[in-house]
Amino acid sequence: MTKLARRGLWTPSMAGGLLLGLGLLVAAILAPVLLAEPAEQLTDAAGQPPSAEHWLGTDNLGRDNLARALVATRLTLLMTAGATAIAVVGGIVVGVGVWLSGPRVRKVGLRLLETAVAYPSLIFALVIAAILRPGVVSSVVAIGVAGIPSFARLTANLAAKISTTDYVTTARLLGVSPRAVALRHVLPNMAEPLLILATTVFSLSLVELSALSFIGLGVQSPDYDFGLLLNESLTQIYTQPTSVLGPSVMIVLTGVAVMLLGDALAARANPRQGRRAVRNPAGPPVVEIPDGDTALVRVEDLRVRVPGGAELVKGVSLTIEPGEVVGLVGESGSGKSLTAMSVAGLPPAELEVRADVLRVDDLNMLGHPDRGRLGREISIIYQDPGTTFNPSLRMGVQLTEVLRTHLGVGRGRANKLIADALAQVNISEPERRLRQHPHKLSGGMRQRGMIATTLVTTPKLIVADEPTTALDVTVQHEVLRQFRRIHREQGAAMLFISHDLGVVQELCDRILVMRHGEIVEQLTPGQLREGDVHHPYTQALMDAVLVVDTSPVRQEFS
Amino acid sequence: MTTVDNTNQVPARVGTRPALETRELHVSFGHNPVLRDVNLVVPSHTAVGLVGESGSGKSTLGKTVVGINRPRQGQVLVDGEDVASAGKRRRAELRRQVQYIPQDPFSSLSPRRTIGQTLAEALDPGKAKTSQHQDRITEVLEQVRLGADAMGKYPHQFSGGQRQRIAIARALILQPRLIIADEITSALDVSVQAEILTLLRSLKSTTEASMLFISHNLAVVQALCEYVVVLYQGVVVEQGSVDDVYREPRHDYTRGLLASVPGSEGFSLD
Repeated sequence: MTKLARRGLWTPSMAGGLLLGLGLLVAAILAPVLLAEPAEQLTDAAGQPPSAEHWLGTDNLGRDNLARALVATRLTLLMTAGATAIAVVGGIVVGVGVWLSGPRVRKVGLRLLETAVAYPSLIFALVIAAILRPGVVSSVVAIGVAGIPSFARLTANLAAKISTTDYVTTARLLGVSPRAVALRHVLPNMAEPLLILATTVFSLSLVELSALSFIGLGVQSPDYDFGLLLNESLTQIYTQPTSVLGPSVMIVLTGVAVMLLGDALAARANPRQGRRAVRNPAGPPVVEIPDGDTALVRVEDLRVRVPGGAELVKGVSLTIEPGEVVGLVGESGSGKSLTAMSVAGLPPAELEVRADVLRVDDLNMLGHPDRGRLGREISIIYQDPGTTFNPSLRMGVQLTEVLRTHLGVGRGRANKLIADALAQVNISEPERRLRQHPHKLSGGMRQRGMIATTLVTTPKLIVADEPTTALDVTVQHEVLRQFRRIHREQGAAMLFISHDLGVVQELCDRILVMRHGEIVEQLTPGQLREGDVHHPYTQALMDAVLVVDTSPVRQEFS
Repeated sequence: MTTVDNTNQVPARVGTRPALETRELHVSFGHNPVLRDVNLVVPSHTAVGLVGESGSGKSTLGKTVVGINRPRQGQVLVDGEDVASAGKRRRAELRRQVQYIPQDPFSSLSPRRTIGQTLAEALDPGKAKTSQHQDRITEVLEQVRLGADAMGKYPHQFSGGQRQRIAIARALILQPRLIIADEITSALDVSVQAEILTLLRSLKSTTEASMLFISHNLAVVQALCEYVVVLYQGVVVEQGSVDDVYREPRHDYTRGLLASVPGSEGFSLD
């Protein structure tokens, strides 16, 4: 149980689903053995209302309604499992087959599948059931086959997505046969989503099989499943309403059990869902700045930890004076981004943040500072220009957001201001860019767009989290120039994060080197240039910086 | 702007066939020409850097050489043999002589396969059984400075730099004539990048493979390659030995590239 809980498996859905499912399984196994007599023996006690002896009454042949509903569980579950198996296995075979075939066959195959999906599967099943003789096997085959197209389409879509990954491309280049690519790479990597989808197919099949039996084309007497029980009790629904209760409740319970299990599996597949937000103790929204404290940002003994686990930032203290550019350098996992995001008031929700002081101006970042002031006074520029913007909104709407919501500027004027700012960071045709969607712009342009917004909102602090890491060196150069320029023009303080000492050396007034959650060295750009560093880790970082050597005689490298 | 400068061509060494040669290669996506008239030589036992900005066509060139993209016109010669006109079996052999390492170490290894299985697949695409090739896999893992215990582990148990080592091992295991490394250090921290470059340099002396090293960073190319080819808007604008090109760049674009590396001479934010 504890092991399950740690892996995020033991969720309420999982517990509920398992409990219900187990109950149904027990009913399916035991009921036909223990309740065969009351369920199938004809008696004179026909059409009786509920009583202590017959909780849901009896049917018109004197059989116990509850017993029949419970006994029917076995056949219904077996049939549903059979139909699901046909739909899933058939769907995987067809879906992967379509994906494996040549481009032309694939195109035709996908169109055919889409057409088949558009056609209601119950009607499809009716046709099959009508052609075969009605009965247990024919309804399982009918519903199973009818479920194949939609599952095949899902499989083909998943396969198409996996087929564009580098590992599939590499395998193909190595000469791995398409069949082996499918078995080794594609199927194992989509097993999880397929399993989740299979639970949906199961509950759909249950409903469709019951419907088929209900209209008399499914299971035939003397066999009976939930659908047929419903059909039989329909005639007495006015005289004895309790008789429909048994099969209806059983159908609902089975459906709910399977959906809960599917939900639990889906939650497990998405690891983020298992994490819980930590409630950090809230302080006052503003703090008083003691006399003589000129710093714009003050951080004292910042600690960020996984609740009950590792400490990721171990007592970091730093200050940023107004207008100062501070570089925070370290390798992946050194805690530099966590530190910066804590300063910006946006640490990941599942982490615990503590500090003696954590303020930007008089905003207490440990409390809940005024959102309007946060938006106006702190700008954040993220690493990946590809995901900073919402792809479905035009650039103009997104770039003017702070102006419109926090500074109360009208839309027309906001657009004008931003267009001017874009021109200042060397973006061509700014008016047209504002009407475009993010994907039309290059990564460098988007990053400069973010910088341009800081030109008009004039924040006090800019937090830039590896803003040039995803860019080409030439584009990085241009973006760094724009950072220098807005700093010159706006005088905003900046916290600039990077893993590259070469990048921060040119831009920053002061450089903090971080490792394993601690600041190990503090340097000036001059010290860096002269190699006046003391910590071995800083030395290693310096050695890692590659510069172009254009001197006439080239040094031989070791 | 895009005049072709062939005065400093990479020399095809006398007596040895170059590992790779492209002749008048044209590649287009739909009606958009991506590469125009690209003539490129990667001599034996040599590392050639291919530099250019995003969209210059450098990745497309790498992918065309390994056969992911098809050229509209022109030839790709591996070890002196035209790949397109070779017979089916010979073509497969030539393809295995050229190994490709993609940029992103997080999508280049199948998450559900052990490192041993991934490497065995390169060696034997049909069966891909680890057990038969244990010695060779251990050897190549040691070449990239990972222990043999990596064999039974899965990709998520490794860092980005270690995964890139595994991708390099997969390329090495076939003892290819040419390795195409497509921006393989761009997604890594500088400290990890330095480790990978040190590894690649040592591999240059211990293996037979030539390398086409695709990058946007001239400093990285200088640390590894003897020759450099500069691609700009799908055209080779400059090529030659790293020393010559870096000392006397002829094309404006090359000059811009040289001045873009932070910390280098000429780099300035004003």
